[in-house]
Amino acid sequence: MDMNVKEQVPAQAESAAPEAPALAPPVDIVENENGITLKADLPGVSKESLSIRVDGDQLSVEGTVRLGETPNMEPVYAEIRVARYRRSFVLSRDLDTERIAATMKNGVLTLTVPKREVAKPRRIEVQAA
Amino acid sequence: MYPSLTRFPGGLFSDFDMLQRQVERLVGARAWPSSIRAAGRGAFPAINMGVTADAVEVYAFAPGLDPASIDVSIDKGLLVISGERASELPEESEKVSVYAAERCSGAFRRAISLPDDVDATGVKATYNDGVLRIAIPKRESAKPRRIEIR
Repeated sequence: MDMNVKEQVPAQAESAAPEAPALAPPVDIVENENGITLKADLPGVSKESLSIRVDGDQLSVEGTVRLGETPNMEPVYAEIRVARYRRSFVLSRDLDTERIAATMKNGVLTLTVPKREVAKPRRIEVQAA
Repeated sequence: MYPSLTRFPGGLFSDFDMLQRQVERLVGARAWPSSIRAAGRGAFPAINMGVTADAVEVYAFAPGLDPASIDVSIDKGLLVISGERASELPEESEKVSVYAAERCSGAFRRAISLPDDVDATGVKATYNDGVLRIAIPKRESAKPRRIEIR
């Protein structure tokens, strides 16, 4: 069965400059009859440093981490060494990319992508022949 | 299904990465000696720690939490961060399908041992954009001081 939202590999071979390293944030993707809800963990990313782009059928989420550390801080132990998150998805045609809604709270991004009106499940009446 | 045979989902090395993580989990070995309380990869929340001349700062990457429910305590030089993150996944039914459930949920607890020169009484903790920042000032006597030569 084909998934509605597919992971997209960034086109690194085609771009001239190498992409800056980025972490892929963990996501929860849930589909119900109205559309798809995507939740991503982006700790350290505020609304301002978040960028959500839709390019055709590709949805890209990118965010930079701003921790507000004191200057002259010397790192002693770091489990997160990259200050950027990036992940892309390919949206299937039954999703309405014009009406994507996004909210960001406490570092969790919630994206809702509704289905196109005609794509919602409809019961089809069976007529007696 | 994939646009090209040479593009694997998640990049060329993600399968090896996943395999290494699984092996690390099974064997439990670490390449070099690390803190006895250092957690393996994938521990929640991830921790970064740094020092300045005046304080020790600990950053815990813990999004989606209610700051009032996070428990931060210092005991004998050990900083403990614990709490619980509720799962936001709905019940699967015929109308609801879950395609990815990578975000972890449940109770978490991480302990970091602090250096000896910190003053546990002046701790300040703030929670911003999903990052818990804990600043522990150093004891006055431990701060670097210039000594005058007369």
